[in-house]
Amino acid sequence: MKFTLAWLRQHLETSASTDAIAERLTSIGLEVEKVEDRAASLASFIAAKVISAQPHPNADRLRVCEVDTGSAQVQVVCGAPNARAGMTGAFAPAGAVIPESGMVLKQSKIRGVDSSGMLCSARELGLSGDHEGVIELPGDARPGTPVAAVLGVDDPVIEISITPNRPDCLGVHGVARDLAAAGAGRLIPGSVDAVPGDGPCPVEIGLKFEGPTPACPVFAGRLVRGVKNGESPAWLKRRLEAIGLRPISALVDITNYISFDRGRPLHVYDADRLRGQIHARLGQRGEKLLALDGNEYAIDPADCVIADDTGVLGLGGVIGGEASGCSMDTVNVFIESAYFDPLRIAATGRRHNILSDARYRFERGVDPEFVLPGLELATRMILDICGGTPSEVRVAGAPPARPQPIDFRPERVRALTGMEVNERECVRILDSLGFEVQADILPMPVRAPSWRPDIHGETDLVEEIARIHGFDKLPATALPRLRAVTGAAVTRAQNRARIAKRLLAGRGLMEAVTWSFISPRMAELFGGGAPELTLANPISSELSVMRPGLLPNLLAAVKRNADRGMGDVSLFEAGPQYAGDAPEAQSLYASGVRSGQRHDRHWAVEQRPWDVFDVKADAMALLEQCGAPMDKLRVTPDAPQWYHPGRSGVIRLGPKNALGVFGEVHPGIVEAFGLRGAVMAFEVAVEAVPLPKGRVSPSRGPLRASDLQPVTRDFAFIADAGVSADALLRAAQSAAPDLITAVTLFDLYEGERLGEGRKSLAISVTLRPKEKTLTDAEIEKVAANVIAAVKKSTGAELRGQA
Amino acid sequence: MSEIEALTREMLQAVEKAQDLAALEAVRIQALGKKGVLTERMKTLGAMGPEERKLAGAQLNTAKESLNAAIAARSEALHRAALDARLASERIDVTLPARPETLGAIHPVSQVIDEVIAIFADMGFSVAEGPDIETDFYNFTALNIPAEHPARQMHDTFYFHPKSDGERLLLRTHTSPVQIRAMENSRPPLRIIAPGRTYRCDSDMTHTPMFHQVEGLVIDESTHMGHLKGCLIEFCKAFFEVDDIRMRFRPSHFPFTEPSAEVDIGCRRSGDEIRIGEGSDWLEILGCGMVHPAVLRHGGLDPEKYQGFAFGVGIDRLAMLKYGIPDLRDFFEADLRWLRHYGFAALDIPSLAGGLSR
Repeated sequence: MKFTLAWLRQHLETSASTDAIAERLTSIGLEVEKVEDRAASLASFIAAKVISAQPHPNADRLRVCEVDTGSAQVQVVCGAPNARAGMTGAFAPAGAVIPESGMVLKQSKIRGVDSSGMLCSARELGLSGDHEGVIELPGDARPGTPVAAVLGVDDPVIEISITPNRPDCLGVHGVARDLAAAGAGRLIPGSVDAVPGDGPCPVEIGLKFEGPTPACPVFAGRLVRGVKNGESPAWLKRRLEAIGLRPISALVDITNYISFDRGRPLHVYDADRLRGQIHARLGQRGEKLLALDGNEYAIDPADCVIADDTGVLGLGGVIGGEASGCSMDTVNVFIESAYFDPLRIAATGRRHNILSDARYRFERGVDPEFVLPGLELATRMILDICGGTPSEVRVAGAPPARPQPIDFRPERVRALTGMEVNERECVRILDSLGFEVQADILPMPVRAPSWRPDIHGETDLVEEIARIHGFDKLPATALPRLRAVTGAAVTRAQNRARIAKRLLAGRGLMEAVTWSFISPRMAELFGGGAPELTLANPISSELSVMRPGLLPNLLAAVKRNADRGMGDVSLFEAGPQYAGDAPEAQSLYASGVRSGQRHDRHWAVEQRPWDVFDVKADAMALLEQCGAPMDKLRVTPDAPQWYHPGRSGVIRLGPKNALGVFGEVHPGIVEAFGLRGAVMAFEVAVEAVPLPKGRVSPSRGPLRASDLQPVTRDFAFIADAGVSADALLRAAQSAAPDLITAVTLFDLYEGERLGEGRKSLAISVTLRPKEKTLTDAEIEKVAANVIAAVKKSTGAELRGQA
Repeated sequence: MSEIEALTREMLQAVEKAQDLAALEAVRIQALGKKGVLTERMKTLGAMGPEERKLAGAQLNTAKESLNAAIAARSEALHRAALDARLASERIDVTLPARPETLGAIHPVSQVIDEVIAIFADMGFSVAEGPDIETDFYNFTALNIPAEHPARQMHDTFYFHPKSDGERLLLRTHTSPVQIRAMENSRPPLRIIAPGRTYRCDSDMTHTPMFHQVEGLVIDESTHMGHLKGCLIEFCKAFFEVDDIRMRFRPSHFPFTEPSAEVDIGCRRSGDEIRIGEGSDWLEILGCGMVHPAVLRHGGLDPEKYQGFAFGVGIDRLAMLKYGIPDLRDFFEADLRWLRHYGFAALDIPSLAGGLSR
């Protein structure tokens, strides 16, 4: 919403400066976006008459001008072709700041001739792009007058953003009312006198609706005969231009002016182009409208249209039609002033994608009780500018009834805002905003004015009082502490995500945050792409399906980094993935990828690529920190399809609960992402790790460490290649669960010496006695049990005995 | 000089001449071993008369002691020399680079969420969550945004395809649905913050289709808008780590709060840089207000009894302002150079006790 200061002053008696008004506007919720004050930015530029213009002695293209600035006669060197004796130009004295460049003008010598100032072009003053010559002001402009005043651009333009709840401020009068309530001046009453008509309106009007909430509850109009349309007067054109509207013709400009002056959209028809009764009704399928914007619209049965006997004339409250519009030749004009249902206007506007000033106002809600005053105001302006004879007014329907009064308890202001605003001030504020307050009873019945469709309840009244009283008076108050010492803000489950991130960053992975949606192709590669997870209106097909996992984006990131010359990449993300559209189908994963070499070439460390056991370590470390029972986890070789089938594993807690997956990414997937070389990945379902039940005591109990020396025995087993290391280690452990504290695999050999399909696994078993030192015989017995247990469960033989 | 004294002197010289521990041991055995010369002399004492034995015994003991002391001294000297020699031979170039360790990093979004949690935790808030895929009810209707309200269009909502029963799920456009879920799940007094992902179909210099917000909600029987102001001022001071900050509460409009305010903080813009807590410019950072009675009712609470405030802040924007990150779009690119430059060490865990940033 834009307006000029002079325009505002037509509704608000005020001595406040532009800055003060701007500040007040923002403080009451009408946020100022921009103030353009040419009177200020062009203050040093004045009209000056060129008395003489002589050729420059040392330059062919320059002229030496004697200039009358009103207070002095000065010499100016000028290069413009149109600088000549007798013309009046825009003069900038030394010290002026040129708006275009920000340059400060200095007293100077140009090719040896003194120059005290400059004659400016329109571009230099920021008025237009014209730099052909200097500005030529009207000859009657008195030297010394500010240029902005001479050009009529000295009226500051204020632009404010209006929140959707305040349609009343989409007119200058409404803005003035708010300012007056906030003490920035006195509101000049906006009452409109009726213009008496000469005989009944010959144009019949009507409403043709069925049902209780008509799309157009009230429709009024009148004819003005014998008008002379043409260009609008200068003041009107200047106002419209100042707020960025293009003047069209007086009749149209008047409706635009009232739209911005009072927030009251109107429409004017060339009455000679109308046939029969003008009426509002719903559209019919197949109807078409060639609108004033030059586009043809197919009318929808849900649109409210204005029609006559020949068909649709316009989309009511949205846009008028080309055929029935006013032209310069219009002699008889029919003025329409109606009220339309905001929801239907919004739907029509959206359906046809029409952005008009009328739609903007009607969908937010114009004042239904200003239908007739708006019509009278338009009549008055048409008579003043275009002449003519008005008919009487015709009205069909009636404006919707005003809502019931609201019970207002002044103490609610303090309860909700903490501000002390006395009862008298509350009443004053409401009254000045147009509310009807019955202050002698409590709670006070308060009736909202017809132009405030946003007022529904008591808190709306509190808000009005609070914003006019001023949010700067809100008493900043600390929240009372609930407890002397603050407790945990996150739950144990929530804390896991934080632990996961810091653990992985500590292990050398960079945290990425990537889109929750991916392309359908990528989703399908990773088991996703279900229709219920596909967006109906994605921003692009690349971002159209909720991701089934975090790996697609991480792999794409590996590719992007590789393309920028960074081939060794370790990335992770801890974020949501979506197995379905229900809340419980969203789960938090911490997943990562490692590709390329573990590290750069180095004198002390042999370079090697990341492998499966690096990411297995990542996954296991993550699970351990998330509190998974590590001794109960099993790894099975049935990872999902996006992994290498022989180089991947699922980490399980029991047969059903998969806590994580790790392995080499399937070469087909790697290729699909345009990557070269193997990529390792892990995915951990952070939330799948069971939480301890009930309250967990932080106590760890006493340490029971045995002082007795541990005994270590090494064994080498020959097993079939298919035997899993895990099975063998567990079998060894089971031989003496109380005594064996650790079983580690320290060597793996698969080679020709063992024969095809065989491998050697060397393990180290640590026995830690608790009661007494073990005798040799006891140790031998345990060793025999280890060998027997391993053989029984895996078929492996002790090496040398196979 | 007695014979013993001469012998002793000879032995002591041999000790001094011993060049290594083996030679020294040979001298010891030669003198004091089972068949050493002094040992042999000791054996002869038994055959001597008492006077002679007393004299010779004393001389022999003195000789043994001085020899033992000399051997011990020589041994230590030789040990020291041997160690010195070993250490000299073991010298390495300690300027060689250490074994490489790759450093990871925490994304600024995670870091800022942790900072925000640390601050609000101190004010008694706890963290609540809600799903990204929401219903119309939680995202709009329960927040007092009716179906045809212009505000709903302003949200640029991502929708899923309608289900067979006509229901159309959406991606939450703000974290405010968590307000309703929190009211449904627990009774007042409530103090929660809800950080999370939010989505709008918008993409340009300053908008990405996904971004992060943190919602705040306080509900009890007495919290008023002055508390909201106090709470946000304290938050901004703590978050931006400044002693004082200019803040401006401007009346605004959100369907789910009333009265509603937008909050600006004082800053100075110079070129691309924005300095918080200085200068005379204003920068809008968040929206807030008193929870609308209709929202309380949707959350199952009686607005005549309960009241409170809510606010929503952009996390990415907080990160950009505090850490001088110019472009929002880079947040989601996972460029290693960016992550290294703007990321945080794993152990930079924000806390009020340890400081939010270092």
